Amino acid sequence: MTTPHVHEPVFLTGDEFSIPTFRLLDPDGCLREGATAPQLSRDHARRIYRAMLATRVLDERMMAAQRQGRLSFYMQCTGEEAAVIGATAALDDADMIMAQYREQGALVYRGFTFDEFMNQLFGNELDYGKGRQMPVHYGSRKLHYMTISSPLATQIPQATGYAYGQKLAEDGHCTITFFGEGAASEGDFHAALNMASVHAVPVIFFCRNNGYAISTPAVEQFAADGIAPRAFGYHMHVIRVDGNDILAVYEATRQARRIAVENNQPVLIEAMTYRLAAHSSSDDPSGYRSKSEEQIWHDQDPLLRMQKWMLGQQWWSEEEEKELQESLRREVLETMKRAEKRPPPPLDSLVSEVYAEVTPSLQNQFDQLKRHIRKYPDAYPRGARSLDPEVAVDSNDQGER
Amino acid sequence: MPTMNMLQAINNALDIAMAEDEKVICFGEDVGIFGGVFRATSNLQGKYGKARCFNTPLVEQGIIGFANGLAAQGSVPVAEIQFADYIFPAFDQIVNETAKFRYRSGDLFNVGGLTIRTPYGGGISGGLYHSQSPEAYFTHTPGLKIVVPRNPYQAKGLLLAAIRDADPVIFFEPKRLYRASVGEVPEEDYQLPLGEADIIKEGTDITLVGWGAQMEVIGKAVELAEEAGISCEVIDLRSLLPWDEDTVVESVLKTGRLVITHEAPRTGGFAGEIATTIQERCFLYLESPIARVTGLDTPFPLTLEKEYLPDHLKIFEAIRESVDF
Repeated sequence: MTTPHVHEPVFLTGDEFSIPTFRLLDPDGCLREGATAPQLSRDHARRIYRAMLATRVLDERMMAAQRQGRLSFYMQCTGEEAAVIGATAALDDADMIMAQYREQGALVYRGFTFDEFMNQLFGNELDYGKGRQMPVHYGSRKLHYMTISSPLATQIPQATGYAYGQKLAEDGHCTITFFGEGAASEGDFHAALNMASVHAVPVIFFCRNNGYAISTPAVEQFAADGIAPRAFGYHMHVIRVDGNDILAVYEATRQARRIAVENNQPVLIEAMTYRLAAHSSSDDPSGYRSKSEEQIWHDQDPLLRMQKWMLGQQWWSEEEEKELQESLRREVLETMKRAEKRPPPPLDSLVSEVYAEVTPSLQNQFDQLKRHIRKYPDAYPRGARSLDPEVAVDSNDQGER
Repeated sequence: MPTMNMLQAINNALDIAMAEDEKVICFGEDVGIFGGVFRATSNLQGKYGKARCFNTPLVEQGIIGFANGLAAQGSVPVAEIQFADYIFPAFDQIVNETAKFRYRSGDLFNVGGLTIRTPYGGGISGGLYHSQSPEAYFTHTPGLKIVVPRNPYQAKGLLLAAIRDADPVIFFEPKRLYRASVGEVPEEDYQLPLGEADIIKEGTDITLVGWGAQMEVIGKAVELAEEAGISCEVIDLRSLLPWDEDTVVESVLKTGRLVITHEAPRTGGFAGEIATTIQERCFLYLESPIARVTGLDTPFPLTLEKEYLPDHLKIFEAIRESVDF
């Protein structure tokens, strides 16, 4: 590497760079003057909007269910639907998604059913994860959505590795990984970007800069101009986009995908958005931010913005809006009731899949546990029910996952 | 049959695995053209190309994170961590991710193809940060397999089995023996079973259990013991997770005595796990307390390494005390 030599010390801070924010739709849902809308068909736009609305309804209802004590925990995507769903809509449906935990919108877009959501949320016998993880840790092999893991940022270097495998397989696909600006402080983030850059990996790093890492505001998370400038250090393509503008997110991600797949290059996208809801059902944002701050962002609600644009295009109507909202609400409630009634996973799911086969030592421990439960069945009602073969559940009847 | 040292045997195993399956990919710090600091991956880049054998940036958490994703995608990564002492930056990726991938997803996704190779252990004047034996940390994590070979023949057969195993494996290589241990190794493909101990020598008076580099030390102690008229049964555990309880139990039922040895510090070491299990299953057959010969509960020293290490004399004394109890 050669650089020019100078005779005076020159310190740079990076302030010389100012990364603009790509925006196509104004907050009132009108296309900005001089801007070109991405080539998005009416049907595709409706699919996107339906996913946004379904995600919003799901979140509202499940948060309420958590407050009623029906659900142990929940996390909302509210305020970030355009970022997550806009990005997903710009990908091939078979591209891999490795998300953090607030990206249920991507699953909704790809066709994960409310039943599938509910089975995971209630950890019942049909949960693909067999009731092992907390609510919102979804996964779907069929929909190319890696099962969520709680530790923050671990999925980011994994996305680099996954995409490297796609590159070697020459299957024409890439991987997108979502994370918040808080997760971008973890070492895993830096490891992932550096390795992706060095090894020319087709991966899209999508940062949802939503303003808060639980209660820590972005200004206490990083000193620089957001997450985007970090890409310079890794010699990586980068774009900052208005994360509440579905058209801009879609177009930015579409072009990022082209760079990733055609050039085998990683891309960093920083979507400037806002977490309108609490971090999780265990969080109370009134303790660390003001209602007036939240109001500013409510006025930029990505859902309303797209709705207005759709209405303007005459691709949507007030009647369709009302009808869809009602049917989604009804469907959420019905599927929730179904999932609640379903029994928990069978007891042997406690020890299966730790390894490809149960080890002898673990089998001994399990046999001991079963003897104990048979002695005190009333103390362990969930486990005891599946010890009786008559009521045992066939865990293989889930169909394609 | 050709003779090989342990590095050559490992290199040979990697060569066979890469030739057989193009999904096998070797990477880590300096493993490319240089062949790794110990040369375990020599010539692989030349033979299989830069896409399948390459240097990574110096970032252990990145190497294992990358390996997890690559394995989940369906490839068969063999990641090298240059020294086991430097596996800790990757601890989160191994313990929270590698180990739990299959379980947490209900087997929608797994990283069964992953093997992590890493040189461990003392005896090379490596001091605090080039001598540690961190295996016990990982034996506490369900979902991982932990394997430690004792010589070139074992290294090749166990490594090939590890690479082809349906579960992720951490393969601890006794670096003191990399060049010191030489033996006959078949050129062809073969595998040794994971999770099974190897009875190296049968005996009647006492059972000695160890793994990796300690097996050589146990061998020297046995020579002293047998000169003193004590018949020793020697077991190489080979796999620490899962470990072969039955073989050790059967042996102790026969001999009534047990000495376990490892280089790692005593407290929380894997010898404690073995001792407890044997106490549970052989209580009425024990003729003396189960003895542990281990490193001290200190960081690994430099100058006083010989004093620190559990050597043949310390093991011999433990044997004698057990027999004289």
